[in-house]
Amino acid sequence: MAANDLHPLERVLRERIVVLDGAMGTMIQHYKLPEAEYRGKRFRDWKGKDLKGSLELLNLTRPLVVEEIHTAYLEAGADVIETNTFSGTTIGLHDFLFQGEPTRGRKDQEFFQRVVDDVDLRALVQEINFEAARISRRAADRVANETGQQRFVGGSMGPLPVAASISPDVNDPAFRAVSFDQLRQTYFDEAKALLEGGVDLLIVETIFDTLNGKAALFAIIDALEETGRSVPLMISGTVIDKSGRNLSGQTVEALLISIAHAQPLILGLNCSLGPDEMEPFVEELARISPYYMSAYPNAGLPDALSPTGFPETPETFAPKVAKWAENGWLNLLGGCCGTTPDHIAALVKLARQFSPRALRTTISYT
Amino acid sequence: MILRLSGLEPLNITPEFGFAVIGERTNITGSPKFSKLILAGDFEGALVVARQQVQGGANLLDVNMDEGMIDSEAAMIRFLNLIGSEPEIARIPIVIDSSKWSVIEGGLKCVQGKAVVNSISLKNGEDEFLRQARLIRQYGAAAIVMAFDERGQADNFQRKIDICRRAYDLLAKQAGFPANDIIFDPNILTVATGLEEHRNYGVDFLEATRWIKKNLPGARVSGGVSNISFSFRGNNAVREAMHAAFLFHAIRAGLDMGIVNAGQLAVYEEIEPDLRERVEDVLLNRRDDATECLINFAENVKAKGKTPVADAAWRKEPVEERLKHALVKGIVDHIDADTEEARQKCKRPLDVIEGPLMAGMSVVGDLFGAGKMFLPQVVKSARVMKKAVAYLMPFMEAEKSAGAKPQGRIVMATVKGDVHDIGKNIVGVVLQCNNYDVVDLGVMVPAAKILETAREKKADAIGLSGLITPSLDEMVHVAQEMEREGFRLPLLIGGATTSRAHTAVKIAPHYGASTVHVLDASRAVGVVNSLLNEELKSAFDKKTREEFERLRREHSAKTREKKLLTLEEARVNRTRIDWSGYVPPKPEFLGVRVCAPEKNTIALSDLVPFIDWSPFFHAWELRGRYPAIFDDPKIGKQARELFDDAQGLLNQIVAKNLLIARGVHALWPANSLGDDVDIYADESRSQKLATFYFLRQQMQKPSGQFNHCLADFTFPQSAMSSPAEAGEPQSEDYLGGFAVSIHGADELAEEFKRQHDDYSAIMGKALADRLAEAFAEYLHKQTRIAWGFGRDEQLSHIDLIREKYRGIRPAAGYPACPDHAEKRTLFDLLDAERNAGIKLTESFAMHPGASVSGLYFSHPDAKYFGVGQIGQDQIVDYANRRGEPVAAVEKRLAPNLDYGI
Repeated sequence: MAANDLHPLERVLRERIVVLDGAMGTMIQHYKLPEAEYRGKRFRDWKGKDLKGSLELLNLTRPLVVEEIHTAYLEAGADVIETNTFSGTTIGLHDFLFQGEPTRGRKDQEFFQRVVDDVDLRALVQEINFEAARISRRAADRVANETGQQRFVGGSMGPLPVAASISPDVNDPAFRAVSFDQLRQTYFDEAKALLEGGVDLLIVETIFDTLNGKAALFAIIDALEETGRSVPLMISGTVIDKSGRNLSGQTVEALLISIAHAQPLILGLNCSLGPDEMEPFVEELARISPYYMSAYPNAGLPDALSPTGFPETPETFAPKVAKWAENGWLNLLGGCCGTTPDHIAALVKLARQFSPRALRTTISYT
Repeated sequence: MILRLSGLEPLNITPEFGFAVIGERTNITGSPKFSKLILAGDFEGALVVARQQVQGGANLLDVNMDEGMIDSEAAMIRFLNLIGSEPEIARIPIVIDSSKWSVIEGGLKCVQGKAVVNSISLKNGEDEFLRQARLIRQYGAAAIVMAFDERGQADNFQRKIDICRRAYDLLAKQAGFPANDIIFDPNILTVATGLEEHRNYGVDFLEATRWIKKNLPGARVSGGVSNISFSFRGNNAVREAMHAAFLFHAIRAGLDMGIVNAGQLAVYEEIEPDLRERVEDVLLNRRDDATECLINFAENVKAKGKTPVADAAWRKEPVEERLKHALVKGIVDHIDADTEEARQKCKRPLDVIEGPLMAGMSVVGDLFGAGKMFLPQVVKSARVMKKAVAYLMPFMEAEKSAGAKPQGRIVMATVKGDVHDIGKNIVGVVLQCNNYDVVDLGVMVPAAKILETAREKKADAIGLSGLITPSLDEMVHVAQEMEREGFRLPLLIGGATTSRAHTAVKIAPHYGASTVHVLDASRAVGVVNSLLNEELKSAFDKKTREEFERLRREHSAKTREKKLLTLEEARVNRTRIDWSGYVPPKPEFLGVRVCAPEKNTIALSDLVPFIDWSPFFHAWELRGRYPAIFDDPKIGKQARELFDDAQGLLNQIVAKNLLIARGVHALWPANSLGDDVDIYADESRSQKLATFYFLRQQMQKPSGQFNHCLADFTFPQSAMSSPAEAGEPQSEDYLGGFAVSIHGADELAEEFKRQHDDYSAIMGKALADRLAEAFAEYLHKQTRIAWGFGRDEQLSHIDLIREKYRGIRPAAGYPACPDHAEKRTLFDLLDAERNAGIKLTESFAMHPGASVSGLYFSHPDAKYFGVGQIGQDQIVDYANRRGEPVAAVEKRLAPNLDYGI
């Protein structure tokens, strides 16, 4: 494919290391917003559960806070920022925004069917995602204009509090609280609104259950068709322990195979373990993946005893992640939970000097 | 040109891969056994069939539920979901097999890996074919395409290749389907039916296979092999020969995979030559009378039953080998008979121990040292050894033998004030396996008793163990006493809270002879060997001393760096909680509630679902998280066996009430005052029952983070408008407390020990610990429900284990509340000795050991933290608040002091 047929993001990926932003949730927590701030005027008389902690709602009630965080990351040098929509689905937000209760003693498919079908909740979630995309777009375009450096908006599609391939009931291993079709529906609403809001790419991230991830990918294919848009995909799994598997038990290579049909532009790993523990799996995926490679770890595992709540400071974090770029493993890097604009600025400074990983057309199994 | 599939693990079918076996026994249409299980609703039994296929070597697993009597779609979903919970099976990719699209699609929604659909075809025209292919692609699966079109099934070569070519082009051009994900099934049809037109079916398949591999790049070929021999139903000898021979030729023609009974494949070379000749005549259509010849021949072939695999072959070995085998594999079944046989061969009973038994144990030791055996196996081996020795004992007594000369004698004890002994017992067993004489003094052993025994028994080393933090100081005390009394024996330190650094900094300086930290049981033998061996010991001691010196230097450098806030500064930076507008939840009961089996308020079976299994594996030194540990390539198998054994014992314990759960929990009106929380007798909050005293973090915190203290999470009295006006409901906060215990573990362990079964003894105690923790989790849930906010929580097992609920239950002696003495206050409030039968030792350890106690905080912002290092100012303040001498507090909190005492 000739270079000028490529998506602009792919053009940059070929040229140099691309930097993603850091944590949104960690930054919002720093604002210590009380319940009233989450509610804003619009939800002042909200009769349901407390809204404090519903980070995605801030896209509607405190858009300036969200934009300020985006701007901080862009000014730190991030090429790609992620919308504040990590849990921005009907299922992801149901604990805050859905008024119904389970009728059969536990949350099951009957309950989640009501969640994904709830007309008001769907409308609200679509609005949240649309606005989130607009806020990110505004910040990215403004800083791009000011600096003359192209910036991209990634629509964040995070995991859900329920899993399609894990039983929440040890005594009933065949039980599933949620169905694939319900996951499809919840992700479809999110993807469609993000696309309509103008994101440059979609990022399915922190995949701890591959079946949930596959439902998101299924929904994205439908949403792209429905909106008539065509954007690249970034997919990012998460490894939960040192055995190198996600929560539903897949190895990194099995994950790669299971999502290959979605033909991502970028595949990588994020979250959970800090850079130290994540390293062997980044190396492994970089060795076998035919896609552009991303990694954005946490600032270590949350640690109440560390000054920031996370063990990795910008000074310790950046060299570890930059080293992966130096090793030729990465095309895109950034930070997940616990990272801040300082982490990203340190990363930009260290990592940009290295060449991006060369894309492989064939996969090596040696 | 790789077909890439996945279950939990990848399956890359490269051109060099060879033939991939698709396990066929989980097919309701083909396996009577599987069919019977599914029709009876026995899905657990059906899972066993699946597991056997995987263990038999299947690379993929075919699942078919096409049966008119059942809801096939529901059965497919249920079975695939169950497989999803069985990592051993879910490891390999699934072949979702049905003639109904709805069943296939139901299946595709349940598998996280890249599966194979079996099958789609042009039977209902191009539109339907393409629609299904696009959906398969969107679900992320590969597909088997049958050579079937609008006119029916392709039987001859030309029809087969025409349909495959047409399907291939449609898939590539109109469905965007990658060629690598296409697998053709050109129909293996039954031969030797007597009908003329069926005679060439075998050849047609082989030729079609060859043509596809040559002309349709990327595509693969699969087939259901057992179909070929259908006309010989009832004659398994002939059928198996036909399968083996046909597979041989089909693989040479390019067959990539086939649906076969994994684990029951005959070998082509081993088919009897006459039979093979006739079978091949039929398969390859080599002569006109091939079918008649085979039929005639088949009548003479006796359907010989397969000889069962001789897994009992080891029983035919000489007795020395049998003993070794039994030791390495941990098999007790024949141990008495084998030991007797060996005894008759040897001159003296002792020779059996020093000869074959020790030889076997040294193999065990070597394998363990090399990481090829795991602790649970070693303990099982020890059980076999002990049984053998127990068998020989009477003979040795009779002989008045001087007894075996052990390599050395170790006196071991859990120190005074502590009751935890699982780790110590494991170390003891491992040392005994290595021919050390272990004198185990049990738990709560005072220093004087340890020293006295060591002298009396002429011990070669002393081992101290402990779990709770006060034990660390008791170990220091034992070391000081050893020094004072002029001991020169090596001192071994072990247990969960001990560390190399602690041993180096706090214990070793008090004792002049060798002092060593033993990280876990696997290191114990190496350490003891080094310490007791004349040639090794001085080098080992020197190395340890140098290392300890380095650790001490590092420690003092580290402590100098830290600077603490003053208590006053730390209090200013208390946890910021906005109490205005916060309404504490009101519990539905106040006071104490007892959970006891005689009151029918608790049963062991209630606790089982709350067990967190990961620490159970840690107790056995298998590192990993449950259930992922079962997939660990190194220890997964061991973990599974250990888990199965644990389930067996747990079921017995629950069914026969071998252990007893007793617990108590309570909720009281409470408000904080400074760093303390006052507990009131009733809602009037006029009479104070007791006060809990808490410690505050004093480490430097970055801006925006707080210096936590547990009292911060309870509504402060200062925020109440005025105590007299009870009209301010939001100030009425509550605190909860609990103490739970599992009784009977010591007695159970003793019973097992009497039967020389240390493995089950340790297992019983480990399970009791898990049940106690599960009890704490269970009761916390009941308390949250009583408190109101827990009523609607929908937490999975994993969520519970990760404590994703509102509120916390910190325990005294743990990082948020390091002072064990708080247990005394809690126990008095709960009357825990009477209500739960738990005793507190003088250093506040709970007895029985499988006990848990703590406090409940309800505020949503309440979280766990570690108090960490604290300064003298806080110690003085704290001692004053408690009305205790400073020295007493300093002794209890020694590990937290940032200054020396």
